[in-house]
Amino acid sequence: MIAYTIRRLLLAIPVMFGILVVTFTLSRMIPGDPCKAMLGEKATAEVCDRFRAQYGLDKPIPVQLGIYMGNVLKGDFGMSIRFSRPVTIILIERLPTTIELGLTSLMIAVLVGIPAGILSAVKRNSIIDVITMVGANIGVSMPVYWLGLILAYVFALLLKDTPFWLPPTGRLSAGLVSVPFYQVLGWEFPKESFRYHLVEFISNLYILNSLLTRDWVVLKDAIQHLILPSVALSTIPLAIIARMTRSSMLEVLKQDYIRAARAKGLLRGTVIFKHAFRNALLPIVTIIGIQVGTLFAGAVLTETIFGLAGVGRILFEAITARDFPIIQAFTVVIAAGYVIANLIVDLSYVLIDPRIRLE
Amino acid sequence: MTYQNTPPLLQVQNLKTYYFTDDGVVKAVDGVDFEVYPGEVLGLVGESGCGKSVTSLSIMGLIEPPGKIMDGKIIFDGKNLLEMPEKEMAQVRGKNISMIFQQPQTSLNPVFTIGEQISEILKIHSTLSKQELQRRTLELLQMVGIPDAHRKINAYPHEMSGGQAQRVMIAMALALNPQLLIADEPTTALDVTIQAQILDLMRELRNRTGTAVILITHDLGVIAEMADRVAVMYAGRIVEQADVNTLFSTPRNPYTQGLIESVPVLGQIKEELATIPGNVPNLVDLPPGCRFAPRCTAREAYGLEICNQIEPDLQSVEKADHFVRCWLYQDGNGHNAPLKR
Repeated sequence: MIAYTIRRLLLAIPVMFGILVVTFTLSRMIPGDPCKAMLGEKATAEVCDRFRAQYGLDKPIPVQLGIYMGNVLKGDFGMSIRFSRPVTIILIERLPTTIELGLTSLMIAVLVGIPAGILSAVKRNSIIDVITMVGANIGVSMPVYWLGLILAYVFALLLKDTPFWLPPTGRLSAGLVSVPFYQVLGWEFPKESFRYHLVEFISNLYILNSLLTRDWVVLKDAIQHLILPSVALSTIPLAIIARMTRSSMLEVLKQDYIRAARAKGLLRGTVIFKHAFRNALLPIVTIIGIQVGTLFAGAVLTETIFGLAGVGRILFEAITARDFPIIQAFTVVIAAGYVIANLIVDLSYVLIDPRIRLE
Repeated sequence: MTYQNTPPLLQVQNLKTYYFTDDGVVKAVDGVDFEVYPGEVLGLVGESGCGKSVTSLSIMGLIEPPGKIMDGKIIFDGKNLLEMPEKEMAQVRGKNISMIFQQPQTSLNPVFTIGEQISEILKIHSTLSKQELQRRTLELLQMVGIPDAHRKINAYPHEMSGGQAQRVMIAMALALNPQLLIADEPTTALDVTIQAQILDLMRELRNRTGTAVILITHDLGVIAEMADRVAVMYAGRIVEQADVNTLFSTPRNPYTQGLIESVPVLGQIKEELATIPGNVPNLVDLPPGCRFAPRCTAREAYGLEICNQIEPDLQSVEKADHFVRCWLYQDGNGHNAPLKR
């Protein structure tokens, strides 16, 4: 299994490069000019030439691609055209926000969706089943931006001055600062070093960072800020997971070995959670893996509504500004997230079902 | 062998199990009575859909909706299982009454090892330590003749053949020396040579443990081989019941006669095998009189009218323990039985 994991990770490298080539080419095929987008419609040809030369956009596209690939191999994703800062730095700032949001949403979706699906399957055709599945259908059909606005309205405005009030925007309340854990611990790294980037990245995961620094005030505040956006983002995956769990459980509960397990004298609950659930897990895990994509797509809207400076929002801004280095780098990061999610799904198959062998 | 001197281990009285489907109420089991005595093998025979399996699931208390037990008593060891709370019933299952199924490979959970599944039944009904569980599991695997039990204890069901899987099911069923084993078509899904091995194993273990067996099958060969007494079921009712020799030498119900005649005999060359004309009645819409009447050639031969109007009772014929449900042998409602003895 370790050999398989390594092979899969190595295989991911050509996939990443393929994605890089495709995004590189496609982003240059979008009509529009980064110079006009940045400097305005009235920029003269002369100014634009200089602008293009500065960002290497005057060279033929295959040459640009070659240079870019070379830089990426060195770990350099280039300079953002729009923000005039290294893309790597922007990634380190932005990615943790999206990871925190995505993981929290996925956690909500799994922790609520799976029990709801099991309950629904076990109490098939009962009132509970009907309510759960109607709820799931509403969840699937509810647009993220609409639910987000409603949640923000209810919890930030209507419930203002009650204990149920929740902040509708940002990651932390004004005045609060999440002090990076490495500073608290007194670690020092040379700027620009890989280790510095790494600890900076980790410290931008506010929940993890505040756990490391034991700053409970920041932790509570960060969690409060996460609740509304992650609930909004989780509804669609939650509903899909609940429906998949229900149908998978119903399928398994019909099997001979379930009846045989009952004939052994096992109580119904044991049969459901021990014998049935593990067999029902395969399709559920598969669908959870697929939801990672839904989460990234939903993150664009959620981050915009809740004022979160994450990957989704910057990608949207970068596309409007024809900020090629950002588009490329963030697409690859999203693709990597997908590849890793799928790898985890495939590896978990082996743990769930002994009949599956990874070759 | 006679077992009737001892009180019965299991008494099924007027059992009615119905399924409430969209097409109507399916009367899968509709007034079944029989007894099982300690240590005997009772064969339960009949065509597919006659209610054999539903009877056994009713005894186990494993009828799932839309099925429901509507009436009757199932008295096991002096207690009515139908009135037992679910927790207590779970204690009976696997410990006092156990069951093996038709499809051994699909009756084992694919994600747990053989050892885990056998030790699980020991774990829920006893207080053995971990080492004792392991030792007993190994012992059981050896008892049912699994070669290389040390290795197979860690095997998964998909790594076993059908015969081996059924041996594992038998090991599990007999793990706690139950008083009653219900074997629902235990050999139907197996190759003929494996069938004989499994039957030998069951017989040997029965002789050793004294467990009473309800053997459900549609295979009269298996019945002749294994059973002490036989109950023949048709459309949710028992139509004939006798000891195995009587049943095969002097079957009285025309349905039983038809069943026995339709078995091909090795060496006997027939142009055409005997069949029973017609089909099993729809259990939603049963004939008003005898359920076999529409297919019964004897009824036509004797020109009996009552068969289509009133259902006969299960009454003893010739011997005290030979019961037949047929108007050919019983009077009543102004009817004179043509073959009454």
